[in-house]
Amino acid sequence: MIGIEHYVVVSSILFVLGVLGIFLNRKNIIVILMAIELILLAVNINLVAFSAFLHDLTGQIFAMFVLTVAAGEAAVGLAILVIYFRSRGTIAVDDVNRMKG
Amino acid sequence: MIHVFAFYLFAVLTIASGAVTILARNPVHSVLWLILAFFNAAGLMVLVGAEFIAMLLVIVYVGAVAVLFLFVVMMLDIDFAELRAGFVKNFPLGMLVAVVLLAEIVLGIGAYKAGALQLGSPDGTATTAPGDTNIAAIGELLYGRYLFLFEASGLVLLVAMIGAIVLTHRQRSDTRGQIVAKQNARRPEEATINMKPEVGKGMTL
Repeated sequence: MIGIEHYVVVSSILFVLGVLGIFLNRKNIIVILMAIELILLAVNINLVAFSAFLHDLTGQIFAMFVLTVAAGEAAVGLAILVIYFRSRGTIAVDDVNRMKG
Repeated sequence: MIHVFAFYLFAVLTIASGAVTILARNPVHSVLWLILAFFNAAGLMVLVGAEFIAMLLVIVYVGAVAVLFLFVVMMLDIDFAELRAGFVKNFPLGMLVAVVLLAEIVLGIGAYKAGALQLGSPDGTATTAPGDTNIAAIGELLYGRYLFLFEASGLVLLVAMIGAIVLTHRQRSDTRGQIVAKQNARRPEEATINMKPEVGKGMTL
């Protein structure tokens, strides 16, 4: 029988894949954004699985809010990416040091 | 039986397409694999009875976010081979961190399964009423107890939309745009004149 542990293991593997994606594609910010989407997907699977197995809908409501924030984050992130590309002609993010922060 | 088979199918496909997403050479392929991962995650959610979130995932992610990614990847003219430099160099450290992280999480799950951890239990106020569908129960909660949070999330989307437009909008100086007010202010009397030139003579404007 499929229990909550199975879902949590799947979502944790997906989460770790997202973290690994950020490590491996240090320069390519598009793939970094996709890895962040993977991480948020893992979180959503976790929330929905716990919500279903505990018979409490709050987790699904929270997953909706996570979805909202993820959509906004993708939109703003890609907008920043587009203006960065417009001014620099590249999207290599490992030498973004214009603000010397 | 079919439930177990479907779970393993969706789980394996989700993880495999997630792995290919971060390993693919071409970002366009990455986006397509990401879409597959979202579809299979939606399948996983359908299996536990959360149809509404699953459909939302398909519509919002596959329909909007993934297409946005594809749009940006294809619009920008980027040498992706150059961006992959350092992939091999970062691989050992990344794998190390990933394995350690996964081992820790699995250890935590094992501790949870062994019953060593005392977790809180739901208070039973947000359950699906018997005979109610998933979407009806979610709607009741969303427009009832979580109404203000729901409106706040709408506000987040509005701010994100305005931010994206403000960031990417630019006034182009090299093209001549339409000036609507000037067009509307123009009248026939000042735009045309009636002339009656004599035969054999030209006319000056």
